[in-house]
Amino acid sequence: MLRIDCPCCGMRDHSEFRYGGDATVERPAHDNPDGDAWYRYVYVRANPKGLHREYWQHVLGCRQWLVVERDTVTHSIHSVSFSRRQRA
Amino acid sequence: MSRYSVFSLLRHAATGNRGWQRAWRAATPKASYDVVIIGGGGHGLATAFYLAENHGIRNVAVVEKGYIGGGNVGRNTTVIRSNYLLDGNTQFYEFSMKLWEGMSAALNFNVMFSQRGQLVTAHSADQLDTFSHRANVMRSNGIDAEILDRDAVRKLVPYLDFSDTARFPIHGAIFQGRAGTARHDAVAWGYARAASGHGVDIIEGCEVTDFVRQGDRIVGVETTRGRIGAGRVGLAVAGHTSVLAQKAGLELPIESHLLQAFVTEPVKPLVDHVVAYGADHFYLSQSDKGGLVFGGNLDGYNSYSQRGNTGVLREVCEAAIALMPNISRLRLLRHWGGIMDMTPDASPIISLTPVDGLYLNGGWCYGGFKATPASGWCFAEMLATGETPALVRGYGLGRFRSGHMIDEAGAGPFAWLQ
Ligand SMILES: Cc1cc2nc3c(=O)[nH]c(=O)nc-3n(C[C@H](O)[C@H](O)[C@H](O)COP(=O)(O)OP(=O)(O)OC[C@H]3O[C@@H](n4cnc5c(N)ncnc54)[C@H](O)[C@@H]3O)c2cc1C
Ligand SMILES: [Zn+2]
Repeated sequence: MLRIDCPCCGMRDHSEFRYGGDATVERPAHDNPDGDAWYRYVYVRANPKGLHREYWQHVLGCRQWLVVERDTVTHSIHSVSFSRRQRA
Repeated sequence: MSRYSVFSLLRHAATGNRGWQRAWRAATPKASYDVVIIGGGGHGLATAFYLAENHGIRNVAVVEKGYIGGGNVGRNTTVIRSNYLLDGNTQFYEFSMKLWEGMSAALNFNVMFSQRGQLVTAHSADQLDTFSHRANVMRSNGIDAEILDRDAVRKLVPYLDFSDTARFPIHGAIFQGRAGTARHDAVAWGYARAASGHGVDIIEGCEVTDFVRQGDRIVGVETTRGRIGAGRVGLAVAGHTSVLAQKAGLELPIESHLLQAFVTEPVKPLVDHVVAYGADHFYLSQSDKGGLVFGGNLDGYNSYSQRGNTGVLREVCEAAIALMPNISRLRLLRHWGGIMDMTPDASPIISLTPVDGLYLNGGWCYGGFKATPASGWCFAEMLATGETPALVRGYGLGRFRSGHMIDEAGAGPFAWLQ
């Protein structure tokens, strides 16, 4: 069981959250005509064995989207932050 | 290699069973091979066997970082079926089923393939309609399929919840009589023994750490037991495809996810078939030792650790009891996890790659055990000829660019939802 320290609600069981996938992929600009960029955004993943930056939404709490840095081997969580702060 | 037979059993019994040989040679790596297969799981070993058997290519090594059978081939819940709906899958999995039907004889090894039949329950009229569609597709492809109404399901599996208080009442089911289970370790051992008998080197305790290149071409692998040259390299490492592909400079549409399996204490014969619950993701069968073997959903986030979370344990047990209230007092003996490649359409990848000399077999998601023989057969053909066999044309890497996904679940490009 993972425990995620929500910056809004505190330490909670991960079953309160919904996983949202890799947080490092960047969405291409809406009018980007480059098929390869869209292919990479939708499908290609680095899938690291180790530290992974990923989205989780606290659906049964504050409903905020979070960026969690987690080790995919040990499941230790290195940082949790609001995802909106990360976006310029 | 001596053949197994009734007579060899009797002869060894008469001499105190002291004369049995190893099932496969413990090989040490040679300087180079025509083909090196990375990963001694069911798929890698089957590939090696069919390379030798079908194509006469015997200068082959299978390198395995642990021991063979220690990966997903020995961790799965052993369900074998060919009740797929979409073109590409339907034909491939039926070809696999046919190979299962002859496997013990072909390998001279009893893989205990038991065609006990599999049914998936339907819990609404609409669901039964979609199952009828699937059954029609199967039958038009020459695959056995039946649609059962509620009474017929009740006759076949009376121990499911047919009461008035059932959370999701059973409307009927889709049934495939030729589906079943096999002894999963025996599949690894049987392919290893038969491949070794053909001269293939099975090298355990040998982890591939990098690739050897000559210009743009891959010409070998670096391993914990030294450098091994290779005419061609086949990658068949189940949940670790991304890790190795990255060393070859390949980026893939794959995420690694954990799937758990569960076994109860042994009970008397109760479940004759493989039963899957159409109202949730849950399925079970009974092993020959009497334990109920079952599984459900993924853990739901990227993982390379072979241990699972208890949330899934609870969900799976809830589904089990909703379907079969009479097992609520059984004790769980053990549970474990395996790491799987999940693709964005939950279909596998058997493909040529942009890297010269490197061939890819991965992305098996939940369902790659049943694919073992067909996967090995087709991958061997690909490695032997350098071309894509017709049966796996739909499983190429290019499908994600061209939009020709084979998305059975219809979950969209989210690996953890597939
Ligand atoms: C819990 C669970 C239940 C499942 N249930 C079913 C089911 O009921 N029916 C079904 O059809 N499928 C099922 N599957 C899926 C199925 O088990 C897999 O898709 C299939 O076994 C994968 O292929 P494989 O047998 O070759 O993999 P594996 O046996 O995992 O083989 C891959 C091998 O590669 C090795 N390897 C990895 N990295 C390296 C390296 N660097 N160097 C050398 N070797 C390396 C690993 O040690 C491993 O032995 C299930 C999976 C799990 C985890
Ligand atoms: Zn919160």
